Amino acid sequence: MRRRLRDVPMALVMLLPSMVLLGLWTVYPLVRSIGYGHQTCDAVGEKCVDLGWDQYVHVFRSNQFQDALVVSIKLGLMTVPAGLLLGIGLAVLADKHLRGIGFFRTAFSSTVATSVAVASLVWLVLLQPEIGVLSDLFSGWIPKLKDPGLLRDPSTALPAVALSSVWAGLGFTFIVITAGLQSVPRELYESAYVDGASSWRRFTNVTLPMLTPQLLFVTIVLTTRALQTYAEVALLTDGGPEPEKSTTTIPYLIYGDNSFIQNNLGLKSAAAVLLFVLSLIFAIVQFRSFERRVQYGR
Amino acid sequence: MVRVVATVRLVHVSKVFGEGADPVTAVDDVSIDIADHEFMILLGPSGCGKSTLLRMVAGLEDVTSGDLFIGDRRVNDVPPKLRDVAMVFQNYALYPHKTVQRNIEFPLKVRGVDKTARAAEATRAAEVLGLGDYLKRKPGQLSGGQRQRVALARAIVRKPAVFLMDEPLSNLDAKLRGDTRAELVDLHRRLDSTFIYVTHDQVEAMTMGSRVAVMNKGRVEQVGTPRDVYDQPASVFVAQFIGTPPMNMLPDGLLGREGQVVGVRPEHLRPVADGPLHGTVRQVEHLGHEALLIADNESGLRFTARTAPSHDLPLPGEAVSFDADERHLHRFDTATGERVR
Repeated sequence: MRRRLRDVPMALVMLLPSMVLLGLWTVYPLVRSIGYGHQTCDAVGEKCVDLGWDQYVHVFRSNQFQDALVVSIKLGLMTVPAGLLLGIGLAVLADKHLRGIGFFRTAFSSTVATSVAVASLVWLVLLQPEIGVLSDLFSGWIPKLKDPGLLRDPSTALPAVALSSVWAGLGFTFIVITAGLQSVPRELYESAYVDGASSWRRFTNVTLPMLTPQLLFVTIVLTTRALQTYAEVALLTDGGPEPEKSTTTIPYLIYGDNSFIQNNLGLKSAAAVLLFVLSLIFAIVQFRSFERRVQYGR
Repeated sequence: MVRVVATVRLVHVSKVFGEGADPVTAVDDVSIDIADHEFMILLGPSGCGKSTLLRMVAGLEDVTSGDLFIGDRRVNDVPPKLRDVAMVFQNYALYPHKTVQRNIEFPLKVRGVDKTARAAEATRAAEVLGLGDYLKRKPGQLSGGQRQRVALARAIVRKPAVFLMDEPLSNLDAKLRGDTRAELVDLHRRLDSTFIYVTHDQVEAMTMGSRVAVMNKGRVEQVGTPRDVYDQPASVFVAQFIGTPPMNMLPDGLLGREGQVVGVRPEHLRPVADGPLHGTVRQVEHLGHEALLIADNESGLRFTARTAPSHDLPLPGEAVSFDADERHLHRFDTATGERVR
């Protein structure tokens, strides 16, 4: 015990750099945002009234926030399972010892080095009704690609944003799952193989259980990312199409050019803090639900 | 139930890894007949090809050339699950997320055995290996020895014709290894199966095997009973690999004829007043039940003699000389290293 107390000053010194950075860039802005969230100001931001926590309740109950929350959750439901399935599928494929597999590994992981802005622009061009390659190739099957264009139709705009988002996040999922696959002891597969397990059974009885730490991590990160989706929406649809605003996510509600609370710092801050709380709740729920099934040891 | 005759026959079997300019021959033209219910040990140093040979029998490696038979059936192209073999791995290969019971049940589950039957079989196998109290635990909560037994239980639950074991004791401490050796021999006696057991440990080979195949650089140097390989080593390699300390090898002229290397085991060197083998003691190792005299002759050749423990053994620096009976000399051809009859 005494020894532990003696170590405290040195521990603090070592933690200081991280604590300073975290304090400066995370804790301080969060505390300020919580404070701003209590206030409502005029357009120039001079006359401010403190509404207390009521403003949070007001924002949470507003139709706009509720609609944006539904859009964010829908986006999460589209991107997280699809991103996970594709990431696992590609990682398992690329884990095979085949000739030239290195090329595919690089290709599959390349989006990790691609910014969301670039990824969104790529998809903007691909899905462009007049000149987009996908529109040209597949409009026979999906007429909406040409008329009015996936991003311009209220019913297809969100899935189209999700498509771009899944693609942009695929590199990350692929790399994490690949790293997980490479740490699974080969003997487990060999033992199951000698015992007569089919490749599907080896996948469900060895691969998936051994990947649970990576799967939990990726699920939480992808969910948080989905809830924080802003750039794709801003670049692909600007929160539209109007008037349904079928792609206005909570972050777009906070930052977007077309957002109705664009000039109200108090409302924006309240919405941002609510988003933080929601993300935290989602992460905790996911962690608690899956933690018992996660296999950390070998 | 009709028992499957589980002979294993390797006929000119080779395994080459890699292609093109730099292929590596891991197993080189090996032929061994393993009899039904035999406990065959594949013994050799690291990289001698013994594990590769075992993996070929399991179906985990393809046979590059030659024929592999289990019973009367040529199994070169038969998948592992149809070979009627079970394998125990060096690191046990237990599923960390499954309980002991589910680990043991797994091979039966794969075969579509219903839940009640496989639970009963798993419990029975666990009882045989003294794991009855641990069925609900996960491998992470077990000691090394217990994990090893779970791996064995998982192998016996299938009642395979052939058991394949790849250095299963190498991760256990010395005491536990000794106990488990005896248990394995007992298990072999109780089960009606053929065992093929890979090890680099000559003690395991000598104490457990019905026969031992000594391997070196992908080839089999000798197949015989533990007594045979100790008393009649077929080559210099076998002579030096089996026995601790190893057999003394004396070059041309010393106790031998031209063109021959003569081997003599440390226990067969007799101290005499003016023997043909003399030198200076470098070290005396007292091991309690015996003592080892390590000496160098004038040309720097080191040799070891095993004697009974005594208070008047020569001290380091003293001169000693030895002789050996003709019947204890092993003669090998200098050029080929093979035994000269």
